[in-house]
Amino acid sequence: MPIDKIVPTLEAAVAGIGDGMTIMISGFGFAGVPNDLIEAVLKLGAKDLTVISNNAGTGTEGLAALMGSGRVRRIICSYPRSKGSDKFDARYAAGEIELELVPQGTLSERMRAAAAGIGAFYCPTGVGTELAAGKEVRTIEGRDYVLEMPLRADVALVQAQKADRWGNLTYSKSARNFGPVMAMAADLTIVQAKEIVPLDAMDPETIMTQSIFVDRVVHVDNDREWDI
Amino acid sequence: MSTAMTADSFTRLTRRQLAWCAAQAIPDGSYVNLGIGVPTLCANVMPADREIVLHSENGVLGFGPAPAAGAEDCDLINASKEYITMRPGGAFFMHTDAFVMIRGGHIDLALLGAFEVSGTGDLANWTTGDRRFPPGVGGAMDLAVGAKAIWVLTEHTTKKGEPKIVDTCKYPLTAAGVVRKIFTDLAEIDVSPDGLVVRAMVEGLTQEALQAMTQPPIRLADDCRVMAAPAG
Repeated sequence: MPIDKIVPTLEAAVAGIGDGMTIMISGFGFAGVPNDLIEAVLKLGAKDLTVISNNAGTGTEGLAALMGSGRVRRIICSYPRSKGSDKFDARYAAGEIELELVPQGTLSERMRAAAAGIGAFYCPTGVGTELAAGKEVRTIEGRDYVLEMPLRADVALVQAQKADRWGNLTYSKSARNFGPVMAMAADLTIVQAKEIVPLDAMDPETIMTQSIFVDRVVHVDNDREWDI
Repeated sequence: MSTAMTADSFTRLTRRQLAWCAAQAIPDGSYVNLGIGVPTLCANVMPADREIVLHSENGVLGFGPAPAAGAEDCDLINASKEYITMRPGGAFFMHTDAFVMIRGGHIDLALLGAFEVSGTGDLANWTTGDRRFPPGVGGAMDLAVGAKAIWVLTEHTTKKGEPKIVDTCKYPLTAAGVVRKIFTDLAEIDVSPDGLVVRAMVEGLTQEALQAMTQPPIRLADDCRVMAAPAG
């Protein structure tokens, strides 16, 4: 029976995302953010969410809308503060959103560890700083490292360039960023792709995320200009 | 002390000029990460006669200057979320690999912004502790432990005129003792084991006036140059 991960609508793509879930959201700045999937999650109404994303959104739509919605209890990210991150800034200043600030490389490596079945890893980043407070420190061959835990999610929302019905993906330029590692680190990986191509259209040498990591694909190709 | 307003006798560099001065000091053949703020401006003013490969934490190696108006690609940006272009030989990769390059010691030089730098090279650039301004660490701590050298590019003083080069950082540290060189809008300063050494400063600025804007003691290099950049 043919494998077909392509779903017809955004609503079908985000079905089952519920209260209290942890959601990874791809993107760096405005590049590679799955804005349509985020909007679908907002419409779904799930609350008490933990969001894992590099930034906390700017402007009024996409990630910023999610941050301003009151449905996010906690965000795990490296760089929430940006010009235009007012939605997040206000919630944070009011103490309405919990922030776990993680160095960017540690954030992506924690995802990779979860994806790869690694229990924890020693990392030199942040040794001796406030961001390593309370973490185990171990000296290995004269250098200090902090113990970092894997970071998984219930759901990953990922934006890709091309997808086939198995869920093989390619990305565009720097919009790749966190997409591949998030796709690997979540139980349910949902992709919005700009193009859907036949199963044999992508050269196996060029596939960036392999179909084994992808659960659902929705085709989103619109010219919408987002306020992000 | 001749701090009595020598301000009229020298002109601060613009952010672009500051970036230009730092860019001209980058060795040929280097792999260089550009951090958020003034450092990303360097891509627009790189020396044309050198092959230097620029790295961005969001999965880009070998990028070039900003595109011409109308040629922006929203999938192609730098750490400051500004539009960039690619140079021949450039490559894209995922975030994890971007930080394999950074943390794994493959980057020759990282140019970073700063809230404060101490006289011994401590760097503070991720939080002021003020809840109205959320903290942001980005890739700074990874670069601080992973890059072979760290240069800081920053205004010499805060908007209130207070020194950003200090005896002891009052903000939480990004990393201790990692900064090797500081480019400001007034001077180029080496952080040496013997203290801060001024390699260049803008025309008309005196050691006394620079010292008044710098907490740790400074001394001038024997061959201290005039720091100048093309207008703009």
